[in-house]
Amino acid sequence: MKPEILEQLKQLIGKEHVQSSSASRLVYSYDATPGYQSMPDAIAVPGSTEEVAAIVKMCNENRVPIIPRGSGTNLCGGTCPTSGGLVLLFTRMKSILEIDEENLTATVQPGVITKSLIDAVEERGLFYPPDPSSMKISTIGGNINENSGGLRGLKYGVTKDYVLGLEVVLPNGSIIKTGGKLAKDVAGYDLTKLMVGSEGTLGIVTEATLKLIPIPESKQTMLAVFDSMERAAEAVSSIIAHHIIPATLEFMDKPTIKAVENFAKVGLPLNAEAVLLIEQDGEEAAVSKDMKKMQVICQERGAISVEAAKTPLQAENLRTARRTALSALARLKPTTILEDATVPRSKVAEMVHAINETALRFNLTICTFGHAGDGNLHPTCLTDARDKEEMERVELAFEAIFEKAVSLGGTITGEHGVGEMKAPYLEWKVGSAGIEIMRAVKQTFDSNNIMNPNKIFGKDTRKRLVVKS
Amino acid sequence: MTVMQEIKKAFVERVDENELMNCMRCGFCLPSCPTYIQSGEQEIHSPRGRIAMMKAVRDGMIEADEEMRNSLDVCLGCRACEPVCPAGVQYGHLLEESRAILQEHTAYSATQKAVRHTVFHELFPKNKQMNRVVNLVGFYQRSGLQKGVRKVGFLKLFPKGMQEMERVLPPVQKEKKRQYEQKVFEAVGNKTATVAFFAGCLMDTMFNETNRATIKLLQMAGCEVHIPSDQGCCGALHGHAGEKDQAIEMAKRNISAFESMEADYIVLNAGGCGAYLAGYDHLLKDRGGWQTRAHYFASRVRDFSTVLIEKGLEDKVNLVYPSTVVTYQDSCHLRNGMNVFHEPRQLLRQVEGVEYREMPDASGCCGSAGIYTIVQPDMSLKIVDDKMEKAITTNPGVIVTANPGCLLQMKVGIERSGLAGKVEAVHLADFLLEALS
Ligand SMILES: Cc1cc2nc3c(=O)[nH]c(=O)nc-3n(C[C@H](O)[C@H](O)[C@H](O)COP(=O)(O)OP(=O)(O)OC[C@H]3O[C@@H](n4cnc5c(N)ncnc54)[C@H](O)[C@@H]3O)c2cc1C
Ligand code: SF4
Ligand code: SF4
Repeated sequence: MKPEILEQLKQLIGKEHVQSSSASRLVYSYDATPGYQSMPDAIAVPGSTEEVAAIVKMCNENRVPIIPRGSGTNLCGGTCPTSGGLVLLFTRMKSILEIDEENLTATVQPGVITKSLIDAVEERGLFYPPDPSSMKISTIGGNINENSGGLRGLKYGVTKDYVLGLEVVLPNGSIIKTGGKLAKDVAGYDLTKLMVGSEGTLGIVTEATLKLIPIPESKQTMLAVFDSMERAAEAVSSIIAHHIIPATLEFMDKPTIKAVENFAKVGLPLNAEAVLLIEQDGEEAAVSKDMKKMQVICQERGAISVEAAKTPLQAENLRTARRTALSALARLKPTTILEDATVPRSKVAEMVHAINETALRFNLTICTFGHAGDGNLHPTCLTDARDKEEMERVELAFEAIFEKAVSLGGTITGEHGVGEMKAPYLEWKVGSAGIEIMRAVKQTFDSNNIMNPNKIFGKDTRKRLVVKS
Repeated sequence: MTVMQEIKKAFVERVDENELMNCMRCGFCLPSCPTYIQSGEQEIHSPRGRIAMMKAVRDGMIEADEEMRNSLDVCLGCRACEPVCPAGVQYGHLLEESRAILQEHTAYSATQKAVRHTVFHELFPKNKQMNRVVNLVGFYQRSGLQKGVRKVGFLKLFPKGMQEMERVLPPVQKEKKRQYEQKVFEAVGNKTATVAFFAGCLMDTMFNETNRATIKLLQMAGCEVHIPSDQGCCGALHGHAGEKDQAIEMAKRNISAFESMEADYIVLNAGGCGAYLAGYDHLLKDRGGWQTRAHYFASRVRDFSTVLIEKGLEDKVNLVYPSTVVTYQDSCHLRNGMNVFHEPRQLLRQVEGVEYREMPDASGCCGSAGIYTIVQPDMSLKIVDDKMEKAITTNPGVIVTANPGCLLQMKVGIERSGLAGKVEAVHLADFLLEALS
C-alpha cells in the first residue's frame, strides 16, 4: 500500500484507528477456514457510516481492495485478504441502536455480537431466532453477509428471514437505505435480499433493521440415541414426513459425540452411533404433543433410547455442547476441514449413506454432524495439511460429496457461503448462465472489483467428476 | 545467525507445532479473554491472535518484533482461554515456552537486568532474601514511615501499579512471629489424612497469617499437617516471565523437599502457585527420572478448599459469621488451571450468616496476574475497575478470594472505587477461620 494512501486513511479516521505493523497485519491474515492465510496491507477501524463511506470512496479511487471483517469466524475463506488491501473492522460500530417494541424490530450496527442481540431482545420477551453455533463471537454484519443459519433454522428460518432493511455503503461511496420497518414493501427490486449473503462483495453493511417475534411460551428438549447413523437419518426424514416441524433437529455421529463429550462433559452416550437433539417450542400443550409424537417416531425407527432434558440448564448444556462440535473435533487432528453440503430434507438418509461410502472409498476419517432437519450436514474431515497426498484425497472426497448433493437436488453450501474456498464449485450448482448473471450484478455494483475480491467468483471452475454409481 | 533467526529456530525446536495447529481459529475463546475485551476487541490482544503470531514466527511469516513481544507481555496468563476452547489448546504451555524463548533473546538495559536479577534470582528463589524484604515492608509500616511517605507524595515516583499496591499491603508480622513453632500440626479429632503443606514464598512471608489460618482449618478437618523444610517458591512468577530454567530448578528443589515424607496430598492456599505445582510434570517432561517424580508430586497437589470439602469440615465445626453479603472472585489459575471453583463457593455457603451472591463474570481475571500489575499498570487498572463495577452489583460486605495476588488486587479495586471501610477483601482461609471462632 502506498504511503500516501495510509496517510490519507489516518487523516480520514484518526491515526489511532489505522494499523499497519507486521504483527497487526498478521492477526487479520486468517479466518476460521483451514489452509487460507494472506496478509492485508493495513487495517482500518471506522467509527461511523460517514467514515466508512469516506474510506470506501478513497479506496475505490485508488483501486485498493477492501475486506470487511466481523469476527473472522467464517468457514469459506471469506475474509482472507488474498489480494492484500485494507481490512475494515466494525469493533467501533457495535451498538444496538433501538429495540422497537411496537413494530417488533431491532436496529443495530454491524459489529454487534449475535449473542448480545439475542440476550438484549429476550430480556424484553422478544425473540431473534438465527443462532449460528458461533453466536457468542460472530457479528450481525457477518451473519447477514453469510446468511447464517443455526440450531433454530428448521422452524424459524435463517438470517435472511429476519432482515427487514439495511443501510449500505456502495463501492463508489454513496449510501443507500433498503427496506425498512415494514411488514410489506414491493417498491422496486428487493435489494435487501440481494445484500444478504453477498459476502462483502457488493457493499458494506453499516446498519441493519431486523425482525423480532414474540418469544415462544415454552420449550422442551430431548436426546434420541441410535445404533446406526442411517436409522437416525431415517428418523429425521420421518419426523418431517409426519408434518412436524420441530424447533431444532440436530445430528451428531459417534466420533463427534466422543469429541464433544470430552470437552463439554454433559453425559452424552459414548457407545451410541448417532444422536439427535430434538427441541420443540410454542404453546405448552402443543409442544408436549409434538414431543410425544417425535419420541414414538424415533422409537419406531429403532432408537435405543429417547430421553427428555430434566431441567432448562440441562437442555442449555446439550445445545451448548452441540455448538462446540466443530471446534471439539479439531482437537483430534491438526487440520479439520468441514463441508456444508445440503440436500432436501427427504434425502438426508441417502446423503449420510453417501458420505460414509465416500470416506471408505478414499480411506479418510470423516465425521458428520449438522442441522439434519434442514438437510444441512457438516461432513468434517480430520486430516493433516502437511500430508500432501492425503490432502489430495480429501479434495477428491469432497468433490464426490458435492456432486452427490447437487445430484440429489441439493447445494454445495447451505450456510457457510462460497467465499474463496467454494468458488471453483459454484458453477456446479448455479450453472454457467447463473454465474454470468451474478457476475453482471457484481460488475454493476463494483466495477473496479475492490469489494472483497476473489470471493464467490473463482478464476476457473473445477471439472465435474463423473460419478459412477 | 541474527537474533531473529535464532528466535525462529528456537520456536521451531521448542514450540509444539501440533499444539499450534490444534487451534482451528474458531474464535470461541475471544469473549473470555480480558485483554481482548479491554483493548477494544483487538485481535492482537486475543488468544487466537497470540497463537497465530507464535505460529507465524515459527513459520517465518513474521519476526518476533516489539509489537509481538508486547502482545505476549500484555497477556495476563490467566488461562481463561483454555477451559472455553473446545479444541483443547493448551495455551498456557505455548505462552510459557514462547516467553522463555523471547526472554533468552532479549537485550535488557543494565538497570532492567539488575531489577530482573534481583526479583527472579535473588528474591523469590531465596526465602532469606524474601524475609528481608518483607521485614523492610513491616518496618516501613510500623515505623509510621508509611504515613509520612504517603503525605509527601514520594510514591508518585514509582510506577502506577506499584503505587496502588503499596496502599493495600497487609500489615506484616515480625519475622520471629512468622516462624512456625513446629513442623507437624496434629489433626483435631480422628485423623483422616496426612497432608504436606506448601507454604509458598509470598504466602509465607507477607501472608503468614493466612497460612496459619489454613493450617488450623486443615487440622479441624482431621488432617495431620506437615511442613517439609527446604521447600521454596513455586517458580510460577519465573515461568510466566520466561525464566524457565530458574523455574525448573525451583521445581526440582520442591519435589525433593516433599519426598522427605509420605503425604496423601500436597496442600496450599494460593491458586496461582497451585496450578503451577500441578503442572510440574509438564515443566519437567523429557527430563529423565525427574518426570516420574514430578508426576507423582503433581498428582497430589490440592487446593485447601478441595480438602476441606472432601474431609467434611462442615460436619466437624460450626461456621458462623455476622450477617453479611459475601461474593467470591475466582482465582484464574485455581479455576482454569486446577478446575477448582465450586468448592470455595460451597464453603462460603456453609457459613451461617453469610448471604452468598454470585457476581457477574466472577471467573474473569481481576488483572492482578503475578507481577502484571507492576509491568502493565494501565491494562491492569482498567481490568480491576471493570471487575469492581461487577462486584458492586452484589452489594457485598466482603469479597472473598483464594490467591494472594487477587486479594491485593481486589483491595486496590476497593480503594479505587472509594469503598474502603465499606467493603472488605479477605482470603477464604482467613474468612473461614473468623467464622470458626
Ligand atoms: C465453530 C464454528 C461454528 C459455526 N457455526 C455456524 C452455524 O451454525 N451456522 C452458520 O451459518 N455458520 C456457522 N459458522 C460460520 C460463521 O460463524 C458464520 O458465517 C458467521 O456469520 C460469521 O460471522 P463473523 O462475524 O465472524 O463474520 P466474518 O467471518 O468476519 O465475515 C463473514 C463475511 O461477511 C463479510 N462481512 C462482515 N461484516 C460485514 C459488513 N459489515 N459489511 C459487509 N460485509 C461484511 C465478510 O467480508 C465475509 O465475507 C461457524 C463457524 C465456526 C468457526
Ligand atoms: S484457542 Fe481454541 S477457542 Fe481459541 S480460536 Fe483456537 S481453537 Fe478456537
Ligand atoms: S491467558 Fe488470559 S489474557 Fe492471555 S490470552 Fe488467555 S485469556 Fe487472554
